[in-house]
Amino acid sequence: MNKIESKNVHLYYGDFHALKGISMSIQENTVTALIGPSGCGKSTYLRLFNRMNDLIDNVRIEGDILLDGRDIYKKNIGMRIDELRKKVGMVFQKPNPFPKTIFENVAYGLRVNGIDHRSFIEERVETSLRQAALWEEVKDKLKKSAFELSGGQQQRLCIARALAIEPSVLLMDEPASALDPISTSKIEELIYELKTKYTIIIVTHNMQQAGRVSDRTAFFYLGDLIEYDDTPVIFTNPKDIRTQSYVTGRFG
Amino acid sequence: MLSWDFLTKMPEDGMTKGGIYPAIIGTLYLVAGSMLFAFPIGVLAGIYIHEYTNDSKFKRFMKLMTNNLAGIPSIVFGLFGMSLFVKTLNFGDSILAGSLTLGLLALPVVIRVTEEALIAVDDSFRHGSLALGASKLITIRKVVLPIAMPNILTGLILSIGRVSGETAPILFTVAAYFLPKLPTSIFDQVMALPYHLYVISTSGTKVQESRDMAYGTALVLVLFVLILNLLANALRRYLGNKVKMN
Repeated sequence: MNKIESKNVHLYYGDFHALKGISMSIQENTVTALIGPSGCGKSTYLRLFNRMNDLIDNVRIEGDILLDGRDIYKKNIGMRIDELRKKVGMVFQKPNPFPKTIFENVAYGLRVNGIDHRSFIEERVETSLRQAALWEEVKDKLKKSAFELSGGQQQRLCIARALAIEPSVLLMDEPASALDPISTSKIEELIYELKTKYTIIIVTHNMQQAGRVSDRTAFFYLGDLIEYDDTPVIFTNPKDIRTQSYVTGRFG
Repeated sequence: MLSWDFLTKMPEDGMTKGGIYPAIIGTLYLVAGSMLFAFPIGVLAGIYIHEYTNDSKFKRFMKLMTNNLAGIPSIVFGLFGMSLFVKTLNFGDSILAGSLTLGLLALPVVIRVTEEALIAVDDSFRHGSLALGASKLITIRKVVLPIAMPNILTGLILSIGRVSGETAPILFTVAAYFLPKLPTSIFDQVMALPYHLYVISTSGTKVQESRDMAYGTALVLVLFVLILNLLANALRRYLGNKVKMN
């Protein structure tokens, strides 16, 4: 069974047709990169999977969107939104840690789920921070404010926070675009390691990044899915002329 | 003029001697009462309008209404309070009527302050919380409100300052010039600083001789507001730091 699947998905922001019949399936424990010029719909598509588009007014969605074979949008037989968001985590473009301590940031997801068993939380926080390659840097200052961390550290904190509730899918919306090159490469390493446990979809403007971290790549253009294939194919032997123009930098 | 006696004794000898203790107590009761009414309702209304309504037409309508209400002259509030609380609901001239009237006066300010405090909270915090599976309610309680609270409390303290100095709303709803004892229930009348100042300066029994008392009363009122403003500042700085830490 495909981990994630979309069948002929259309999305409208009011009258604007943002996604035009996207059909795509994603396998478990893979990294899929969504690339394309600004405004092509890749972030919109990403946000379908944790229903963050619901927060925007005037959004209309058609088609089927499935997680583990279950439709996540159908009212009665589908999944509750909070259930969904515990299985599908998200890391945003600009790091957004809460104004709380480092520890409380990571523990937040657990606490809002009613978990208050102290040693369980402490264990989970440590595990998540280790997975996000941040533990060594913060283990002695867990009670300090998250704002005292650098941008790259804050983003890894946000990744730890997302991982703490043990989702199976991780959505990353240009997670490194606001960061310096060293932080960026740390995060790319991280994505490569996380792949063994999670299914990752990453939106990126950075072609080299997509080439480095992803197994498969999907090229979006003006709301259409132009081409979706193994990453090496997209970058060295694309089938569509538009894909080729984009990855060789002729536009975008 | 300003001595401990002035602040703690009852007025004597036709208001030419003694203190203004009952007026201070009365003002405190009225302020507390009005805030008890305006704060929870105002903050909840502000939260509802900003976080729960999507329709921007409704939001603009509420903003218009709140702004209008905030600009209505206080004597109109006084007359309204008299008509509704004192007469129709039969509370009589009482702390209850006075507090409710003052509360109404403060309400639009609290709502507006709450709204603005919430607008100042960046959406990225809300999104981060929702993306973790938290409900809207929990997001507001655990993330948004703590960030907005310093601003809301500052606004609250400032509206306390305003309410404590209002004369017109209490004119017809609670204030008395002279009461021999302190109030014992919310249905009692009470003395209050601004009203006291007004009467003692204009139509008391011995206006000339009471002049000193009048100036003293004015000074107390001004100091009260000043102290509240300083408190508001200090509280906001303290809480502002705390928000980063918790």
